[in-house]
Amino acid sequence: MKYVDEYRDSLVARKLVAEIHRITTRPWALMEVCGGQTHTLVKQGIDEALPAGVRMIHGPGCPVCVTPLEQIDKALAIAARPDVIFTSYGDMLRVPGSSTDLLSLKARGADVRIVYSPLDALKIAVANQDRQVVFFAIGFETTAPANAMAVSRAAALGLDNFAVLVSHVLVPPAMTAILESPTCQVQAFLAAGHVCAVMGWTEYEPIAERYHVPIVVTGFEPLDLLEGILMAIRQLEEGRAVVENQYARAVTRGGNLAAQETVLRVFEVGERTWRGIGTIPASGYHLRPEFAKFDAEARFDVGDIHTREHPACIAGEILQGTKTPLDCTAYGVLCNPQKPLGAPMVSAEGVCSAYHAAGRGLAAPTAFPLYDLAKVDR
Amino acid sequence: MTERRAAADAIAQLEVGPASAGPATTGPDTAGAAPDPANLACPAPIPERARVLLGHGSGGRLSAALMHDVIGPALAAAAPAGPLNDAAIVDVGGRRLAFTTDSFVVSPLEFPGGDIGELAVFGTVNDLAMMGAQPLALSLAYVIEEGLPIDDLRKVTESVARAATRAGVKVVTGDTKVVGRGAADGLFVNTSGIGLVAPGVAVAADRAAAGDVVILSGPIGLHGIAVMSIREGLDFEVEIESDTQPLNALVAAIVAACPEVRVLRDPTRGGLASALNEIAAASRVGIELREETIPIPGPVRAACEMLGLDPLHVANEGKLVAIVPAHAAAAVVAAMRAVDAGAGAVEIGRVVADHPAMVTMKTIVGSQRIVDMLVGEQLPRIC
Amino acid sequence: MCLGIPGKVIEIRDGGPLRMALVDFGGARKEACLAYVPEVQVGEYVIVHVGFAISRLDEEEALRTLEMLRTLDELMVQQELGAMPADADAGVAAP
Repeated sequence: MKYVDEYRDSLVARKLVAEIHRITTRPWALMEVCGGQTHTLVKQGIDEALPAGVRMIHGPGCPVCVTPLEQIDKALAIAARPDVIFTSYGDMLRVPGSSTDLLSLKARGADVRIVYSPLDALKIAVANQDRQVVFFAIGFETTAPANAMAVSRAAALGLDNFAVLVSHVLVPPAMTAILESPTCQVQAFLAAGHVCAVMGWTEYEPIAERYHVPIVVTGFEPLDLLEGILMAIRQLEEGRAVVENQYARAVTRGGNLAAQETVLRVFEVGERTWRGIGTIPASGYHLRPEFAKFDAEARFDVGDIHTREHPACIAGEILQGTKTPLDCTAYGVLCNPQKPLGAPMVSAEGVCSAYHAAGRGLAAPTAFPLYDLAKVDR
Repeated sequence: MTERRAAADAIAQLEVGPASAGPATTGPDTAGAAPDPANLACPAPIPERARVLLGHGSGGRLSAALMHDVIGPALAAAAPAGPLNDAAIVDVGGRRLAFTTDSFVVSPLEFPGGDIGELAVFGTVNDLAMMGAQPLALSLAYVIEEGLPIDDLRKVTESVARAATRAGVKVVTGDTKVVGRGAADGLFVNTSGIGLVAPGVAVAADRAAAGDVVILSGPIGLHGIAVMSIREGLDFEVEIESDTQPLNALVAAIVAACPEVRVLRDPTRGGLASALNEIAAASRVGIELREETIPIPGPVRAACEMLGLDPLHVANEGKLVAIVPAHAAAAVVAAMRAVDAGAGAVEIGRVVADHPAMVTMKTIVGSQRIVDMLVGEQLPRIC
Repeated sequence: MCLGIPGKVIEIRDGGPLRMALVDFGGARKEACLAYVPEVQVGEYVIVHVGFAISRLDEEEALRTLEMLRTLDELMVQQELGAMPADADAGVAAP
């Protein structure tokens, strides 16, 4: 695949690793914000190939993981209604709410459908005028333009059977919250490449300056990550703290203005609760009053939601980067991809799931002993 | 409502989790089993033990769990001892008979490169072949949803006939049932098959040994992506077709080149990763793969990138993995390439004594990463 | 977050209210919305996320990065770490 394969070149990867080793003279702690980046780092063993003193702290860049429990419980309440077709990106289906999850509801007979794009949810609404179609609009800034367009089109079409359950979160406020925390150990960031493809990087300049942290806008392929780490460590070694762009093929300083315009026409910035972290002011998007009629929370009485996090789940600390899955007593024991206690184990981009899939910290092979019968299913 | 319909309805209503009756309160989950004193600090997670999930049929960990925790124990008294294989071997007066069964629930019934009829025949023929057996005869059972167009039924059955002829096997017995609308996704097909294992051939999942070579018969991911491309909600265009085909001729060539072939397995649901993990666990060995040797067609890779799927977890229907002693590897690959179904045969890894029951693969930076089984249903993702 | 992959625009579909295109991702083709990259033409590459092109891929920048990566100073690396592994199977020498 063009523009993908070239960034997976093994020889260049090992050259980059060697170069990182060459220039690193001191221990450093870097945070990659995006879950997609975490996934690549762990899956390719990149974090383990770095010099011993360089630590990759995994950030809260997984919108699936940080979607507040309350929003999930609301989604479940809405999806359970017989008059509703509940549409969602695949990632959300297995995320545990207080007592169940969307996939289980689907098994129970609820009309829950996976969509690839929010425009598909719109198509379903147009084709099913007698049902209410609700779309679970989650994501960071990358996904906001798509979600915004769906709402914008719904308004243009005058649809009265389409609504969105919004749970959008923003990266810069999260970075600031992490930097403000007294336990913060992060010295440099790899900013999320596709978030910046939409938003540009102007919002990160004041953060780099105020907290004196290098911020490198980084892509998602192995060579992108290695180059981003190299650039960040160079800055740290030289005592610089500016925003640099590794992902130049997709990101410009101003970002995608057309996308930003539509997003701000449909959404406004407001406070959001991040699962495991808490409420961060001005850290999310809400529908503007003009589009309030498409707000699923207003259209459906979601009733009394009492959220209950699993007590053994330390997702919060993991999302803030203060702990790793290896510090969790439930990891691999009570909590695994089949029976996840928290979101980071469910989401493909979650830290816990990435660690588990790579077998890290698992005492014994996670394989089942055999059974004495012919294979039952295909 | 007929009895059958009620039963089918019950199966169709399978779900997970306690039915929530009102707001959850803070504190331990009291809806589950009695508390285990060893785990008092950690209440039971969301119980998936109560009902069956779609993921239990996907060929990965959940499927293995269903076998291990539910079906296996329940059948134990009536089942013979021995490891889990694609087919069972039954001794009949000195001859070894292979016996297998499989049900096919693909929807839609037709997909690029095949239909449920072909899948049903080749699937069972291949399960027999994976035991080193030459298929002799098949049974064919239909569970038909009321309302299925008769033409569709005829087309599928004609396809079954063509597939059986191509595989050199006869369909000798069958059954037909009809269930009410909504109870059977159009058509469910079950085929069972018997075959004969030649003397001296002993292929089984637990026979892989350190030093053996792992050979793959050709490119992976074709069937799964072909089916996914026409699935509602995902549609995309790919110029690929399902690779469904009979593998008994290929197996005959392998056995002729190397009668001591240790393991044969067709990586269907759950993909190459799940199949290799099962073998590694059964044989209590490790398997090490080399990523650059695994043939993945461009369109399969592209579709997987687009949807966020791992090609190693995507289903195949006309491929096999052969594990042979190292000295025979070259000869086996050559013999496979001489047969149509094995044209793309290639060595992809080794069996090792390290990390038993684990499959690893070398990454581009030179480290080893673990290749896990598929967990549940393969879901496209945006993250 | 943000699974976005590069694809080539092979056909533009201007018929409806939104500018759409058929995009080829190296063998798999799917429709994507070009509303946010109105300047993109057939033959150019875009990054697609959830059915929307969010950015035009700058091929010059891409080539520049790759060139730079490929010419990472081999000599300097060799001096620091010893000989570079000759083939794809060898691991990285320890620092």
